[in-house]
Amino acid sequence: MLKELKASLQQGHQTTAYPKIEPVLPDRFRGLPVLDRAKCPADCRLCLDACPSEAIGEGLKIDLGRCLFCGACARVCPSGAIRFSQDYRLSVRKREDLVLDTTALRLATALDKKSKSLFGRSLKLREVCAGGCNACEADTNVLSTVGWDLGRFGIQFVASPRHADGLLITGPVSSNMFSALKKTYDAVAWPKLVIAIGACALSGGIFRDHPEIKNGADQVLPVDLYVPGCPPHPFTILDGLLRLLGRI
Amino acid sequence: MIHNSKAIPLDTLPLVSSTVFRDAVIHAVGDGARISAFFGAPEQSLMSQAGHRGVAEKQIRLFAVLAYDASARLAILSTLIEGSYPALTPECPQAHLFERELYEQWGVLPEGHPWLKPVRFHKQYTTGQQELAPAIGVTDFFSIDGAEIHEVAVGPVHAGIIEPGHFRFQCHGEDVYHLEISLGYQHRGIEPALIGGPNKRTLHYMETLAGDTTIGHATAYAQAMEALAGCMAPPRAQALRGIALELERAANHTGDLGALAGDIGYLPTASYCGRIRGDFLNMTALLCGSRFGRGLISPGGVLFDADEDRLTRLLERLLQARKDVTCAVNLLWETPSVMARFENTGIISDEVADDLGLVGPAARASGCERDIRYDFPSGMYRFAQIPVSTWGTGDVFARAYVRWLELQRSLAFIEAQIELLPSGDISNVLRNPAPNSLAVSLVESWRGEICHVVITGAQGDCSQYKIVDPSFHNWMGLAIAMRNQQISDFPLCNKSFNLSYCGHDL
Repeated sequence: MLKELKASLQQGHQTTAYPKIEPVLPDRFRGLPVLDRAKCPADCRLCLDACPSEAIGEGLKIDLGRCLFCGACARVCPSGAIRFSQDYRLSVRKREDLVLDTTALRLATALDKKSKSLFGRSLKLREVCAGGCNACEADTNVLSTVGWDLGRFGIQFVASPRHADGLLITGPVSSNMFSALKKTYDAVAWPKLVIAIGACALSGGIFRDHPEIKNGADQVLPVDLYVPGCPPHPFTILDGLLRLLGRI
Repeated sequence: MIHNSKAIPLDTLPLVSSTVFRDAVIHAVGDGARISAFFGAPEQSLMSQAGHRGVAEKQIRLFAVLAYDASARLAILSTLIEGSYPALTPECPQAHLFERELYEQWGVLPEGHPWLKPVRFHKQYTTGQQELAPAIGVTDFFSIDGAEIHEVAVGPVHAGIIEPGHFRFQCHGEDVYHLEISLGYQHRGIEPALIGGPNKRTLHYMETLAGDTTIGHATAYAQAMEALAGCMAPPRAQALRGIALELERAANHTGDLGALAGDIGYLPTASYCGRIRGDFLNMTALLCGSRFGRGLISPGGVLFDADEDRLTRLLERLLQARKDVTCAVNLLWETPSVMARFENTGIISDEVADDLGLVGPAARASGCERDIRYDFPSGMYRFAQIPVSTWGTGDVFARAYVRWLELQRSLAFIEAQIELLPSGDISNVLRNPAPNSLAVSLVESWRGEICHVVITGAQGDCSQYKIVDPSFHNWMGLAIAMRNQQISDFPLCNKSFNLSYCGHDL
């Protein structure tokens, strides 16, 4: 017992003060892309050609649902028309809002009044990994550690879909997980939410159009929150969850 | 015979008869070699690109990569098969999953294979678009009959935030007589997508084929491409890769030790390690912006350099994390209730570990001295050796303790590399890959041996890319470890292996 107390003293209190205090992210962190179409040289297609996931469209638009945040576009851009900012806030409510152009990203809005009164103070989620590579899973899991203490927001991951208010889905939805995902969704009582995490769950990611996958969660289920990234930073996920609940 | 991360022209590879091939593999494994890779490729695809003679449509060329740990050599054998051949598995258990995979991918029948079930539940590569894949999870599970025998089925959706897989236990009361593991739920079709590459997507497949092993698989790929280009990454890049690989190991070993503590309800270590794991991930993010090392490794070198200031910050964080993790982990060994649950649970003997061809910490915990960093060193490990950490008891304790020993040595390695980081460039421009060649690349990832085998066509493009994740070798180890254990020990045994589902399913 004494050695545990001693260890506890040494380890100290380590829970992030977020959202009261803004997080400091690594200087090389690649967050929200900042686009400046005016800087694009005429007929330049370097970023389109460099993008591994075909996230960039004509006229300099980036589909954050497909973006891997690899930075390949910014590296090849001769004029600095694309750069990745430190902004970790990326979550949106609608698929079309994921397409970023020169206007500001329409960040996720809170649930309607009725849903908020149901889920706002206690949200239980069942996580389903459907072809995820264990990076989105790991950075979702980390939210339950002492560093983040997700429980203080009333959000908790539960073992049974019967205990859950919704699903949090990672992975491109592999064909081999399709039926298990559907069954898990069906086992959650109405009303229920679906949260999609990471490029794979948003669009299929790098695996898009493989015959072995379904190109993301919203191809098979209605999605209420889209969280971009490959994988999203834990702060990106937490920001999305808290926005959905109207907590920030 | 070749070395790790070297390429050879395909036509120098001896093509032997299937009988010689079979005998040679069985004898080599009997003499202590391990099967690092064993796979097929349609002869037509290899030869048509090479512009050789026409071959029968259904001929499949088998390749076996045998690792001789003691002499740091890799033997590569190949033979041509049409339809079927006598299975190796009855005399060489290591081949068992490879032969199942061969049958599933190419329809090559290993006659007399005792356990020829689907591996990933996909269509044969040779079948047409209209044919359906087999239904996932539908197979003839092994079952036991008798009074008081019952079956427990778990998954694919598990209780925690983990990847999907199906586990079927045959139990007598609380005792598990047999566990069958049926995977494939994570199959995303990565290997077929690599054919015709490398292209702009290739590196990202490597980074996400097992996302918790981004550095491991990306390094294996980069080494293979460098071997085919006949060029190496600059020393500074190799040192930075080494630092990243050991940070990946440190993060995952710390996470595993915490999760093992969590599985037996010992919360102090579970809580502390859960956080300290994040500290190691953040060190990787300090190097390249991504906690998982996305974007760091590239064929030819690395994409991010680290200046003095960054290295100083890295070292400061490393020393603090070492202090924290030492305090957190040592609680385990000093707590009798923890040791009572760890010791004598899920034992794998050295003999079984050798028979199954286990790799990584799972093998070293059974006393097998086997570590790619030491046996087949590449990159920075040729200059900075890391001693092999072993323990002999083969139980959950051993698998936990080996992780702790390795973690300490990883941190010492990183510290030394930071202090002695070579100067110079971080990337070389690669020439085009050599055509009609084969390259083998081995990396000791945190789970164990990663093997990538690349075969190029006439234009230097990939005509075959074989990936063997350490989990492919080790899943059977978990099944065997559960024999005669209580079913309540499954979470603990499972975590002590902590294998990858997506790395297996590809």
